[in-house]
Amino acid sequence: MTSTSSSGIGSTAGARTTSARPPQTVVARLEDIRKTYNMGALAVQVLHGISIDFYGGDYISIMGPSGCGKSTLMNILGCLDQPTSGKYFLGDEDTSQMPDDELSTIRGARLGFIFQSYNLIQQLNVLENIEMPLFYQGYSEAESQEIAMALAERVGLGDRVHHKPFELSGGQQQRVAIARALSVDPLIILADEPTGNLDSKSGAEILNLFDELHSQGKTLIMVTHSDELAERSDRQIRLLDGRVESDER
Amino acid sequence: MSDLTLGSASASPPTRSRPVSTFNLVRFKKITQVGLKSIYSHGLRSLLTMLGIVIGVAAVIAMLAVSEGASYEAQQQFRDLGASNILLKSVKPAEVEETSRSGFGPPQAIIYGLTFADIRTIQDSIPGVTNVIASRIVKKNVWNLGNSMNTDIVGTSVDYPTSRNYNLRAGRFFTESEVRDHANIVVLSDEVASVLFPIDNPIGKSVRIDGDYYNVVGIMESEGFSNLGQNQAGSSNAAPSRIFLPITSSRTRFGETTTRQTAGGQESETVELHEAIIQVADQETVIQVGEVIEQILQRRHDDVDYAVEIPLALLRQAEESALRDQIVAGAIAGISLLVGGIGIMNIMLASVTERTREIGIRRALGAKKRDIVMQFLIEAVILSGVGGLIGVVLGVSIPILISFFWGMTTIVTPLAPILAFSISAIIGVVFGIYPSMRAADMDPVEALRHE
Repeated sequence: MTSTSSSGIGSTAGARTTSARPPQTVVARLEDIRKTYNMGALAVQVLHGISIDFYGGDYISIMGPSGCGKSTLMNILGCLDQPTSGKYFLGDEDTSQMPDDELSTIRGARLGFIFQSYNLIQQLNVLENIEMPLFYQGYSEAESQEIAMALAERVGLGDRVHHKPFELSGGQQQRVAIARALSVDPLIILADEPTGNLDSKSGAEILNLFDELHSQGKTLIMVTHSDELAERSDRQIRLLDGRVESDER
Repeated sequence: MSDLTLGSASASPPTRSRPVSTFNLVRFKKITQVGLKSIYSHGLRSLLTMLGIVIGVAAVIAMLAVSEGASYEAQQQFRDLGASNILLKSVKPAEVEETSRSGFGPPQAIIYGLTFADIRTIQDSIPGVTNVIASRIVKKNVWNLGNSMNTDIVGTSVDYPTSRNYNLRAGRFFTESEVRDHANIVVLSDEVASVLFPIDNPIGKSVRIDGDYYNVVGIMESEGFSNLGQNQAGSSNAAPSRIFLPITSSRTRFGETTTRQTAGGQESETVELHEAIIQVADQETVIQVGEVIEQILQRRHDDVDYAVEIPLALLRQAEESALRDQIVAGAIAGISLLVGGIGIMNIMLASVTERTREIGIRRALGAKKRDIVMQFLIEAVILSGVGGLIGVVLGVSIPILISFFWGMTTIVTPLAPILAFSISAIIGVVFGIYPSMRAADMDPVEALRHE
């Protein structure tokens, strides 16, 4: 399954783009995604048929009030959860019916996660945290160390690689998380309220880093409920009650 | 910065994606490092967890070593007596003792024990018996000038040393003709020799018993010396200070009645023979011959003033009880290993709960279920393995200390440490599996949400 990754991904979707940008590649496609949770006898439908195409190199923000299904959608986009029905193509692979092991591999190889609470492993130092996704992808030690070191420098923590997370500030921890998300050079970077736990200065640093990544052609999907943050992205999707309310560029 | 492969300005297909090997050495090494790190960062907890296994493994090895040593010792004693021998001993009957105590007046001679007639009957009527070595044992002072020693004086026949596997250190044992002649000669055990003749060679010299002088013709290795060292105290066979002379001489010089002072006055007893070794041609028939001898003696004696010992039967019993001991020891040690295993499981479950978030993170970053299983399983195996190693070191040293301080024979067979260590490793796997599976089966979304 990973052998196809070096070839082109998905279909070109130039016809669907309304802007004047060059034809773009669809890196992820949601087709009528529905999600129902069974709470005992009660079935709660959280997502009511969501279809979205995500284009390579886009910087997308997903917004909506709490309870609108953002987190659920994010979990599905992150292959941490499976939709009840519908299809989710990541690259050109349908992940909605994939067995657990393949989902793990997809998560490790194609996706980069940035969480609100950083989610670094406390016992590991900066370098080891950045290396972790590479380790699960079977990189050699020398290779993963080289990549991790370069990324640590890239996010400005080259002199802190042997520090443990608790020795770093929140902004620094989030930068480690970004480096970790970049380590496998993922298809999509998923960021869930990346500045939620940060002061405005550190938050701004993170957002600048995002802009930089965007300018380098990375595909970013960010969940936020701040309009200010959303304005920096070039596509804003608003959810309401499990449906797409608006999708603007 | 620019040399990084962070992609160009356009949409970039992933450049760093490769076939994922399911299991390789790097992965194993990394997971092991993770496990070691976790164990190290919870030092005290890990130590306490290991303690159960340490004690279990040490107990298995030490208990097996002690029971192995004890059974070896017991079996060796019976083997020394000869597997094709039957031992007869004179025993003072309980009733006679009662009546003699209650009586006043002149001392009564108690007559009991084996007689020459018994021996002759046994020798003549049982076909399997090849030889009978009868002995009389009296306790007397033996003198050489100013040196003296109170010791057992064994009057016996020429085959005594061979029947008991005793070796002469110097000189010779007495001969048939010397027995016939009631010769005044003795053989000393080397312990007696060293007391009576601290400096010079006793052979050719003479010792005095009562009023008579006896020529020393040989020196015998003290009993038990050739086998196990001095740790035979308490066994019936160990009377290291003895001297030997022809049974005929013993009879004529010392008579059959011995008198000794007791609290209530004087007590004398008349015993013809104190013990006899009956050699049987075929080891297979020893037990049957023993039964026949018992019947003969029953017919010839009113009281049970004799005892029949069959070393082979005792050996069999010793082997059986050794096996029983080992099963019991093994079971006790097994239980402590089990308890140790449950301890590991307990800690692993706590560790899984404590690290739910970490599990979620690892799963999100590409860890498969089996990666998580491996991580926790390796941790459990390291805990039990290191505990097992410490246990082996402890278990091997404890028997050495026991031997050193209490002089007990202990034998650590190579099998015991290997067995105990393997069991501890298996316990790590068995009791590690459930917590590991629980860790792996966690829903990544739930795990990430865990505080």
